[in-house]
Amino acid sequence: MKKLRKETKNNLITYGIVILTYIIVQILVATGNMSSLMQGLLVPFCTYVIVAISLNLTVGVLGELSLGHAGFMCVGAFSSALFSLAVKDSFTVAPLRFLCAILIGALSAALIGFLVGIPVLRLRGDYLAIVTLAFGEIIKNIINAIYLGIDGNGIHISLKDAMSLGLSEDGRMLIKGAQGITGTPHDSNFTIGVVLVLVTLFIVLNFMDSRSGRAVMSIRDNRIAAESVGIDVTRYKLIAFTISAALAGVAGVLYAHNLSTLNAQPKNFGYNMSILILVFVVLGGIGSMRGSMIAAVLLTLLPEVLRFMADYRMLIYAIVLIVMMLFNWSPDAINMRKRLMAKIFPKKSQKEEA
Amino acid sequence: MAMLEVKNLAISFGGLRAVSGFEITIEKGQLYGLIGPNGAGKTTAFNLLTGVYKPDEGSIVLDGVNITGKRTIDICKAGIARTFQNIRLFSDMSVLDNVKVGLHNSNEYSTFTGILRLPKYFKTEKAMNEEAMELLKVFGLEEFAAYNASNLPYGQQRKLEIARALATKPKLLLLDEPAAGMNPNETKELMDTIKFVRDHFDMTILLIEHDMKLVSGICEKLTVLNFGEVLCQGDTSEVLNNPEVIKAYLGE
Amino acid sequence: MSFLSYLANGISLGSVYALIALGYSMVYGIAKMLNFAHGDVIMIGGYVVFVGVSNMGVHPLLAILISMVVCTILGVTIERVAYKPLRGASPLAVLITAIGVSYLLQNIALLIFGSDTKAFTNVVTLPNLSLFDGKLVISSVTIVTIVVSIVIMIGLTLFVNKTKAGRAMTAVSEDKGAAQLMGINVNGTIALTFAIGSSLAAVAGVLLCSAYPSLTPYTGSMPGIKAFVAAVFGGIGSIPGAFIGGILLGVIENLSKAYISSQLSDAIVFSVLIIVLLVKPTGILGKNIQEKV
Repeated sequence: MKKLRKETKNNLITYGIVILTYIIVQILVATGNMSSLMQGLLVPFCTYVIVAISLNLTVGVLGELSLGHAGFMCVGAFSSALFSLAVKDSFTVAPLRFLCAILIGALSAALIGFLVGIPVLRLRGDYLAIVTLAFGEIIKNIINAIYLGIDGNGIHISLKDAMSLGLSEDGRMLIKGAQGITGTPHDSNFTIGVVLVLVTLFIVLNFMDSRSGRAVMSIRDNRIAAESVGIDVTRYKLIAFTISAALAGVAGVLYAHNLSTLNAQPKNFGYNMSILILVFVVLGGIGSMRGSMIAAVLLTLLPEVLRFMADYRMLIYAIVLIVMMLFNWSPDAINMRKRLMAKIFPKKSQKEEA
Repeated sequence: MAMLEVKNLAISFGGLRAVSGFEITIEKGQLYGLIGPNGAGKTTAFNLLTGVYKPDEGSIVLDGVNITGKRTIDICKAGIARTFQNIRLFSDMSVLDNVKVGLHNSNEYSTFTGILRLPKYFKTEKAMNEEAMELLKVFGLEEFAAYNASNLPYGQQRKLEIARALATKPKLLLLDEPAAGMNPNETKELMDTIKFVRDHFDMTILLIEHDMKLVSGICEKLTVLNFGEVLCQGDTSEVLNNPEVIKAYLGE
Repeated sequence: MSFLSYLANGISLGSVYALIALGYSMVYGIAKMLNFAHGDVIMIGGYVVFVGVSNMGVHPLLAILISMVVCTILGVTIERVAYKPLRGASPLAVLITAIGVSYLLQNIALLIFGSDTKAFTNVVTLPNLSLFDGKLVISSVTIVTIVVSIVIMIGLTLFVNKTKAGRAMTAVSEDKGAAQLMGINVNGTIALTFAIGSSLAAVAGVLLCSAYPSLTPYTGSMPGIKAFVAAVFGGIGSIPGAFIGGILLGVIENLSKAYISSQLSDAIVFSVLIIVLLVKPTGILGKNIQEKV
């Protein structure tokens, strides 16, 4: 069982990278070597890492293209923020409250993922991608239109405006349509973020190396053969998709509790965000959780590093993205790299060929 | 009682009768061949037996259980496993994992157990690894256990497909052109393997094959399909000498 | 009467979607890729006309022609530089590259024109159509948009079915390898498809900005996505499908804005798409392809 040990070792390295990064960051912060701008990015890093890993479960392990992951993030963010805001005054043990918020966010996103998955997973390829995109937009759109308040008579919901809620005087507005939720307790921090990254990794890596994970990967590799050996295709696709949605929900919880005002905009929960997450996954390597992590951090960091270029930074970002894709994926570039490697390290490549 | 009893099976695609009046009875432990010219409907018959297509009419009874019109996975659970004409392995998974997917339904633990690494995970995984390695040894694949399935040579891939099918613990094994693309030496080796599988696992086997050396070498009984209908069936030597069969293959 | 006017506006918006969807659909059919940058080509087309008409005082028709040429060159260049090297690579890689191109075009526009909204001058100067004693007024932009789209749709169908180059396109979209063996210039045909798609995008850009006269670097993004939805709606790869999908999408969007909720109109549009795809997984006019076992 040499191979199993290799996998375990690989996973341990991934966990190790996260922990080491955490320690280095803490040292930098403690010694005052980290700008406040960078410190403000620490929790977003964790958010993006989690959601990238979660999408990689769908894209790399299940083999389906989802363009609606920001929608699941949105569900996680709003359901948990709503909870935290509602119980803020009565439930003052912050860590415990946040734990409940995470569970609520994950479960709501899982529920929506499950419901979306039932129809969507019947479709194939690009059709699945466009329908997930549509679902993501629907979720964002509906959340933007929700007004929710609470008073002595219970909870009031409206999709029209605040007036039609008919709140009594002691009532409280919790979700104000497009203005979203304000006053969410600031419960997330970098340490919690890193713990959640580790938990996400633990869930996904263990899932991949288990009976269910193998079933999911067999469907990815050859659906017809998987059916022929008795794999319930619909069931395992749904399991993987639901777990993926739940983890995206967790990322949303972390995101929501890092901001005092939460509203669903195209740039945080629209298809643009879903696409950005997909960019992390593809650049980091489809199916490689470690790659997703690194790509998420580097690509979030890149615009900040390029800040000195002022207006040109997003332009450079776009060019870097295109060039990296061409360099990594173009058949010509791959051949050229191989030839170069053969020239520089003749011995090693000979061994590989043999 | 026969292991497989198929009566009057038929399916048509948009008016084209791909298979009609297909009947076959296979006794337990038999090595049975299904032959016929290209396009005669052999693979379609396999797809009907394994539930990839639902038959328009007819019945399929496996070991006394009626499995007509059931889903592929239920037919697999009922005891039919197959290989494919164009190899369908889980190409990005290891050779060992390919077989372990075949063991999926006989070794169970929940998704939660797998994620949380409860004791049952380690116990079941150990049992699965041992069982899978046993199967790989039968086919001489144990040293390739950690390879990616797509990196195996062609002949080995065919063997791995058989190993994976056997992992589902079938009563009836369907092989779709197992010798396709093999050289005479490989075919000879394959014949021994098929016979060994039948004896070692006490298996009933139905195979589609064009290689007459293989067919006459190992099959006890044959059914010949032509234009979707049964042309002739019976003992191998009888069938192969039947003038109708020779005509179907060689033309007038 | 108000229903008819909503309907006319819906058809007009739908015609713009249809034009964009045609480009999406043709490119998808032939290169099997989702060209996410297509919406941004529309935006560039809009800016070219804007600069031509407002800053340089060129005649609108000439400006549109220039815009079509610029977009055609742009489309072919994008294909040559960013997509052609990836032929044969994973479709996901091409998709991400297209997203990169989309960011690039948006940011180039942002650098040149700034992020402020430009008021687009309507290039259609014909009088509005007044019906039923002025109870129903349909703007000339609406009519021109609808007419132009229909003419282009018919022209394109004739082109694809009747000309040698058009049939080469069909052949390449069916099977690149076989087309190459039959002596078809595959690279040339793909470039031609991008050229046609991009010049249509320029026209769509002008019509879109004439009807909704505000132009920003992100103008093309949402209509692009919606047109893509329209293409899927009608059956991607099919010209009449893209047209029907576009019109339907525009009408549903406008009517739900008018009668149900303006905030939820996008949600309604997307819900209809999902329902259509669940009933007919390859779209209204899409072909069903079965996997061979």
